Amino acid sequence: MSADTVPDADWGTVTGWGRTAPTGALVVRPRTYEEAAVAVRDCGVRGAVARGLGRAYGDAAQNAGGAVLDMTALDRVHAVDVAGGTVLCDAGVSLHRLMEVLLPLGWFVPVTPGTRYVTVGGAIGADIHGKNHHVSGSFTRHVLSLELLTADGRVRTVTPGTPLFEATAGGMGLTGVILTATLRLQPVETALMSVDTERAGDLDDLMTRLTATDHRYRYSVAWIDLLARGRATGRAVLTRGDHAPLDALPARSRARRAPLAFRTSRLPAAPDLVPDGLLGRTTVGLFNEVWYRKAPRCSRGRLQRISTFFHPLDGVPHWNRVYGRGGFVQYQFVVGHGREEALRSIVRRISARRCPSFLAVLKRFGEADPGWLSFPVPGWTLALDIPAGLPGLGAFLDELDEEVAHAGGRVYLAKDSRLRPELLAAMYPRLDDFRALRAELDPRGVFVSDLARRLAL
Amino acid sequence: MKDAFGLPQSLLVLGGTSEIALATVRRLVARRTRTVWLAGRPSPALEAAAEELRGLGAEVRTAAFDALDPESHEAALGKVFAEGDIDLVLLAFGILGDQAHDEREPLNAVRVAQTNYTGAVSAGLVAARSLQAQGHGSLVVLSSVAGERARRANFIYGSSKAGLDAFAQGLGDALHGTGVHVMVVRPGFVRSRMTEGMAEAPLATTPEAVATAIELGLRRRSETVWVPGALRVVMSALRHLPRTVFRRLPV
Repeated sequence: MSADTVPDADWGTVTGWGRTAPTGALVVRPRTYEEAAVAVRDCGVRGAVARGLGRAYGDAAQNAGGAVLDMTALDRVHAVDVAGGTVLCDAGVSLHRLMEVLLPLGWFVPVTPGTRYVTVGGAIGADIHGKNHHVSGSFTRHVLSLELLTADGRVRTVTPGTPLFEATAGGMGLTGVILTATLRLQPVETALMSVDTERAGDLDDLMTRLTATDHRYRYSVAWIDLLARGRATGRAVLTRGDHAPLDALPARSRARRAPLAFRTSRLPAAPDLVPDGLLGRTTVGLFNEVWYRKAPRCSRGRLQRISTFFHPLDGVPHWNRVYGRGGFVQYQFVVGHGREEALRSIVRRISARRCPSFLAVLKRFGEADPGWLSFPVPGWTLALDIPAGLPGLGAFLDELDEEVAHAGGRVYLAKDSRLRPELLAAMYPRLDDFRALRAELDPRGVFVSDLARRLAL
Repeated sequence: MKDAFGLPQSLLVLGGTSEIALATVRRLVARRTRTVWLAGRPSPALEAAAEELRGLGAEVRTAAFDALDPESHEAALGKVFAEGDIDLVLLAFGILGDQAHDEREPLNAVRVAQTNYTGAVSAGLVAARSLQAQGHGSLVVLSSVAGERARRANFIYGSSKAGLDAFAQGLGDALHGTGVHVMVVRPGFVRSRMTEGMAEAPLATTPEAVATAIELGLRRRSETVWVPGALRVVMSALRHLPRTVFRRLPV
């Protein structure tokens, strides 16, 4: 470690994707593993936390007064095993980059969330899930091994089945800095999706359809209109599908000639100065009405680009700005099977409260993975965006938390920015194990984030 | 840490017996606040305030703090910050004085200025440094509409608040981009012990209303909060009145 490997660093304010609760930190941008180690060694009493592309909605990748390691310069894809379907890459590689590299080779990432602009490190730290959770589980199920820079400066190779792996999977970056990971990939014949769309008239209809036929699809999600009231409460559009096989592509089409070409489209970025309150009940209500009506009542086998099917919002860079300076809160919870009544009750409450939410999705989770703070458990998960400036929102979400906790459910830490800390232990029963492992592995508390401080993780 | 709505988990009140401050603390304890430091001159009133807040479920501690003794501020606040992060510092101390009396007793007037302005400059800078080191937190400064334009009837108090207000605005700009947020709160006439027996001014308000406005300001990360909000317009008009007219106003 010579003097020329001191990483770039700048003081600045950092927020999550929801743009609430900014805090000041030294943002360090390591270009090598050695620089990352230097940054951790020199981080000072306020500690350090790794940050990827900043898509966690709340304060998970912030560290007030300390160091935030921007990992996006560590972005090399080291090796792809084209025959075996694995990739070894740096933690700062985005899923977008992986798709660019892997799709032409006939492979796809095992799990993708609603955006491609997350890093592999972030995907492990939050143990993200996607539309295929009911089939494929969460991201860390597909991690064969990872290298973790721990508080003592050592780089450990961590493999599934060990306590350190299970603490790191969904551990919100608090066990150390993930440097590299080896992932198992999903084979595909084409870069297109074959998609079935249908409408559900209300919440019960939606849940019946998801329960009855989800197993037929690798990917499944429902957009739900939380502003619909009365008999239409919980009306939804289901989009489900799988990677299109080669023979599903029309002969002599452009897609058939280059079936594995990864195509995306981007609109202009959202402007930086959007007035607060643009997304009110009227505008969102209108949007939801149109969105519901324009969806086909039932369509089968439509071909869609990967970006259209998985990542519609990535088409608008900085879409989080549409909520204005006040930012927004994303609320995502899960309640287990058999707790449908809690889900119904919460949907009714949100609908009765008229929360202007145009990005609400409902999904059925499959089997859980072993990460101690990993979010998904078998059951129903609902995610919604709400402008942070909505009057009384904090107290309202506190009430929903109580209902979720009472039903044995939990909220998603990668999206949280406001949970009452007292509820955490009930939601995450392995929390004490997590704390104990951290206390032993990192006795000085080098790895810390605003989220960790707020919730005493 | 503050949450997405700007609600603090820990707070420090400078001027721990201020009615506005205590109304604010009560409100915040009902939401997210668990740790409260009440700093002030040791007194039964301070302990009583602490005891009352404990009854609401907060962990409350008191700290000796005297606005008139700037030399002690570093140590007094240092002790509090050494115990853990403070998400919100509420600078709430201040005295009204007695204008008519103080005009004849300049030393009394100086005491008003030293408490409201000099003491706040010292405590504000000390608190700001600690907040900046922790990279987050809000400093909420209780100013007053009286500082917006000094009136014949209370220009000693008004000028001290004018100084405080200007200081807090400048401090807010200095801390911009550090993660620390400075919010200037300008209440109008607040019905409290401080104003007991005085003739009520138009747009009079209550400590509870100020507390509500502070909570809203925290959520919006406002830099200036008027209580009630209509005072922003009223004072904007008054500020631009010619002196000859302003002097004759019955305010």
